[in-house]
Amino acid sequence: MLLTIAADIPASELGYLLHKNPARFHSFDLSFGKAHVFYPKVGSIRSEAALLLDVDPVGLVRGRSHTAEAGLHQYVNDRPYIASSFLSVAMSQVFGTAMSGRSKERQELADQPIQFDALITALPCRGGSELLKRLFEPLGYESEAKGYHLDEHFPEWGTSPYYTVRLRNHVRLRDLLTHMYVLIPVLDAEKHYWVGEDEVEKLLRKGEGWLADHPERQTIVNRYLRYDRKLTRSALGRLVEGESNDPEAEDIDHTQEERSIEAPLKLWEQRIGSITSALRSREAQTVVDLGCGEGKLLSVLLHDRSFERIVGVDVSWRALEIASKRLHLDQLPIAQRSRIELLHGSLMYKDKRVSGFDAAVVAEVIEHLDRPRLAAFERVVFEHARPGMVLVTTPNAEYNPLFPFLPSGRFRHKDHRFEWTRSEFQRWAMENAERFGYKVRFLPIGTSDPIAGPPTQMGVFER
Amino acid sequence: MKLTLPELSLVVLIGPSGSGKSTFAKKHFLASEVLSSDFCRFLVSDDENSQAATSDAFDVLHYIAAKRLAAAKLTVVDATNVQKEARKPLVDLARQYHVLPVAIVLNLPERVCADQNRNRPDRNFGPHVVRNQSQELRRSLKGLDHEGFRHVHVLSSLDEIEAAVIERQPLWNNRRFDHGPFDIIGDVHGCFDELIELLQRLGYAITREADQYKVLPPSGRKALFVGDLVDRGPKVAKVLQLVMAMADSGVALCVPGNHDMKLVKKLRGSDVQMTHGLAETWAELERESPEFRKRTLAFLDGLVSHYVLDGGGLVVAHAGMKEEMQGRGSGKVREFALYGETTGETDEFGLPIRVNWAAEYRGRAMVVYGHTPVPEPEWLNRTVNIDTGCAFGGALTALRYPEKEFVSVPAKHTYYAPARPFIPEGTAPEPKLTAQQRQDELLDIDDVVGKRIIATRLHRTVTIREENATAALEVMSRFAANPKWLIYLPPTMSPSETSRRAGYLEYPEEAFAYFRHEGVATVVCEQKHMGSRAVIIVCRDEESARENFGVIGEGIGICYTRTGRRFFSDASLEQALLEKVQAAVTSSGLWEDLKTDWLCLDCELMPWSAKAQELLREQYAPTGAAARASFPYVVAALESAAHCVPEISGIAKHYRERQRLADRYVASYRRYCWPVNSIADLRLAPFHLLASAGRVYTDADHIWHMETLSKLVAADPGLLIATAFRRVDLADGASVADATNWWEELTGSGSEGMVVKPLHFVQPGRRDLVQPAVKCRGREYLRIIYGPEYTQEENLMRLRERGLGTKRSLAIREFALGIEALERFVRAEPLRRVHECVFGVLALESEAVDPRL
Repeated sequence: MLLTIAADIPASELGYLLHKNPARFHSFDLSFGKAHVFYPKVGSIRSEAALLLDVDPVGLVRGRSHTAEAGLHQYVNDRPYIASSFLSVAMSQVFGTAMSGRSKERQELADQPIQFDALITALPCRGGSELLKRLFEPLGYESEAKGYHLDEHFPEWGTSPYYTVRLRNHVRLRDLLTHMYVLIPVLDAEKHYWVGEDEVEKLLRKGEGWLADHPERQTIVNRYLRYDRKLTRSALGRLVEGESNDPEAEDIDHTQEERSIEAPLKLWEQRIGSITSALRSREAQTVVDLGCGEGKLLSVLLHDRSFERIVGVDVSWRALEIASKRLHLDQLPIAQRSRIELLHGSLMYKDKRVSGFDAAVVAEVIEHLDRPRLAAFERVVFEHARPGMVLVTTPNAEYNPLFPFLPSGRFRHKDHRFEWTRSEFQRWAMENAERFGYKVRFLPIGTSDPIAGPPTQMGVFER
Repeated sequence: MKLTLPELSLVVLIGPSGSGKSTFAKKHFLASEVLSSDFCRFLVSDDENSQAATSDAFDVLHYIAAKRLAAAKLTVVDATNVQKEARKPLVDLARQYHVLPVAIVLNLPERVCADQNRNRPDRNFGPHVVRNQSQELRRSLKGLDHEGFRHVHVLSSLDEIEAAVIERQPLWNNRRFDHGPFDIIGDVHGCFDELIELLQRLGYAITREADQYKVLPPSGRKALFVGDLVDRGPKVAKVLQLVMAMADSGVALCVPGNHDMKLVKKLRGSDVQMTHGLAETWAELERESPEFRKRTLAFLDGLVSHYVLDGGGLVVAHAGMKEEMQGRGSGKVREFALYGETTGETDEFGLPIRVNWAAEYRGRAMVVYGHTPVPEPEWLNRTVNIDTGCAFGGALTALRYPEKEFVSVPAKHTYYAPARPFIPEGTAPEPKLTAQQRQDELLDIDDVVGKRIIATRLHRTVTIREENATAALEVMSRFAANPKWLIYLPPTMSPSETSRRAGYLEYPEEAFAYFRHEGVATVVCEQKHMGSRAVIIVCRDEESARENFGVIGEGIGICYTRTGRRFFSDASLEQALLEKVQAAVTSSGLWEDLKTDWLCLDCELMPWSAKAQELLREQYAPTGAAARASFPYVVAALESAAHCVPEISGIAKHYRERQRLADRYVASYRRYCWPVNSIADLRLAPFHLLASAGRVYTDADHIWHMETLSKLVAADPGLLIATAFRRVDLADGASVADATNWWEELTGSGSEGMVVKPLHFVQPGRRDLVQPAVKCRGREYLRIIYGPEYTQEENLMRLRERGLGTKRSLAIREFALGIEALERFVRAEPLRRVHECVFGVLALESEAVDPRL
């Protein structure tokens, strides 16, 4: 909430550079509250200016509708106290002229590098003080960061993301301001306003002369544009000819976490490959994808005319909305559109809409169910939906130690309630096949390790 | 002329154009009962005479007729209906809905019809039309019976039409007026001695005078036999004598069984197979007089397939009765009543495989039946089979209605060997779920999704919007515990009206004023604990968990959150907590006091940090940490600047105040946090004893809840915390002042605040139910909710504009649903009926409401 800038120049000179008279307390109305400028040090040798943000926490959320998801977070949060995109906005509005490098009275001083000391309070560095150094040091800064506990009474809660940051560099004022303007929200990795196409323009303008050569430019672009892949690609492409984001990032079917763990193996593609070839060899014409998520498998099935009726079911309404968009359901010709349907449903309740299919796919779903609730799932699928074929895939826990970024003992995804070894999965599958009159066989998915087996396993139930 | 119609029938008016059908219909039936083809033409084409629209018009007519018949509404079809092809779909429709088709023919001379048409300008079609219609009508007249019309009334002149009077006759099976109480008796099959013993145990006095049985029922009661009086057992004739005597004297009703009907055929002289005990019955009856056989024939032949009794709350039929057939009459209905429904296949013993209609049964009426012997009578979806196979050596069972008590007399002998053993060999090896519990293992999505309207005892009906049900489905499916445990979810709670007092957002006087305004004289103020809401179900042992909840292998109970999720991810910690609660219940003697082996408690579980860990780390602590990292620098900078610019000192002071508020905010949440390393660090404060076997404690006031629970708390003061409370007389200024001071003290020492409840758990108010509870939260506590600096006057001013309407309305609806769920559970209703309410609470919780309230 506070930014100070000090230099070994008289206060009057700093005042001219910033276009703010040191003898006064300046206040500015901004959309989210106020910004104040004042001078804690008014010396003839050294001076210091301060930009103080006065975010109005009540005003910030008034008039917005309450949503169940946002919860209390929008009312009690760190925004009023931290250095965030609010600070950047304040800088551009209050120090706009200085940032553009102009000074009515002292243009030569403005064009001249000066030794500046800046202090930013409560700067959230998501990624730690390491990232702070990686961002500022290539630009010539010395940095110093003081960290804080979340609450010193409860050290077990860990450290907070906030740092009191001191930066020192011999630069022009406009560079100092611009660097901070871009890098503060990058460190915070969150923005208070919607990131749109014009943000790309802004970033490119502010990054002129330093961003293209910055070793962390990928991080800076990603975070500044909040991981919006389309925007990120457009920005990077224009920054550096031929560079674009990792195409794997297209995969939004899984959360960041699981994706980054499994991504190098391209497991999703292999799963879909195994599933579709099993469906084809069965000559299934009607297929229901139970737990279809955002519709990755559906879109593959839709492109194969041999599947006459394709139904995706998911418990997440949001996932279905995304699936509907990804499959372009509203633009499909009638003949195609009539082949596919998305249903909001649950594997915990029997549902006559999903019975009578040639095949059902249950890919990477069971591990998201609490163990005691599997009993309901088993009856819903094998007893009531009762398709001719059921394909069940689930991670093979034995493979987990082979993932470089997966800490030992952890599951591949935060929402996984269990992960099974091959023998655990096979025991479960055979018991249920027996109980409900199916035959089951098992197929590996992904390249098998001689000891740990494949990364994912599939049970093929048929009757 | 009097025309009798069954009260539920499809009346087909038959007559040429101009015969006066519409006038006739209008005179004798409700406007809503009459479906006119002309009107349907008008509906689909804007023209009542459009012949081109005929096909569509009849589609509409048939569709509406089907809806009405499904809803058991008498329906009159006003169309010419002179052709057999036109009548056939109507007869089929009547059959499909098991109602009787009735024909009323307006058979007027052609000339009369033509005259009547002449007065109607829109009917200037030539005379040939009416002529053809009249001819077709006359050709049809003879065959109407054959087409399937059960009653045919022909009116052949204007005078007859004018004089006609319609009389609606109740169906024979309609005994809704008969409220019992009843003793419903299972398949007797000639087991006379057991029947006598059973009747005596039920309190019937039986004497025999001059060869006639005389039976005196216990006051007001009536016996009701589910049929199959004959075959297999040793004393068929005596059973018949007794039951006929009882029926004649109005002491008993009887529905027919398949064995009884087969005997009827034999008595009529038909050639029937003398199997399944008929040979022995016949041998016995041959020893009786011909008069007795004649009487028997008349009695059995006159039996009505099934009865609908007690205002529609009870249905009795030999082999059961589907909802869509109840109270209707058709051959199919009678067949179902006698034999049930079979798949057409037979099992390994050569017996037909039955369709389990009871598993699908959703009706409101209790259905009591027999036919298939079962080891024990078992409830399933409000149906119960009470044939416990007396002739096969089982027992003769009666169900007392409405008490729902079973009374059984064991068979004295095995009189007949069953084709299929109905009691499994050996003793039951493992604990067994009841039929209902097995049925409840799986719920149907149709019972929760879509727009739902739930009838509750407390609040008429509660409507659940489709989008809210959609949201709840995800939460329920992904996170909730086994639905068999979820017999209640707590309602949301509204704060008191906003205080105008300087520095406060909530203050007790508004809470008191609210209840006073609603006409409540006494309230109970309870200290509000700051932890997480927890619902606890605890059973005496795993056995009682199975018996009462149908849950196996999930321990002695559960502790779940307000969204139905297990409170603890660590199952052993949960069971350890439950064992401590269980031990406290045992040593406090509550099992015995409440005559129960399970309890459901509404509690607050502390510390807050145990459940809110993520919230604390992601939201509350960071907010405090950020403020405390910034303010010292801000204040120092301002103070330094104030040396040169004096006006800044006022601003510095303002920021010092803000710094102080941030510190108080941190102090505020810290009070509710402590590390949990073991169960010894947990505290549980029960404040409602919601339910136990057969009871929901909404009839007990909050003082009772507090006092009863204090006994429990005393048994384990380490874990359990008593809730401090005050009884406040709202008319007594001193009492109110005392409670206000108490609140000041509580909140001054860091407590969250208090909850004010009307003395009675359920309290009707001026228009609606009174809020079951209103919270009044402390000034410091509210920093966690409204932010560290909410007490700054410029913030308070704006925060005071908060509306409580939606929150309060939700609180009432959720309260009504939660209590409804409990009441349905203790009435042992099918799980879907309980789950519907619990799901409803969760759905309502997805409504957009200011989360700070």
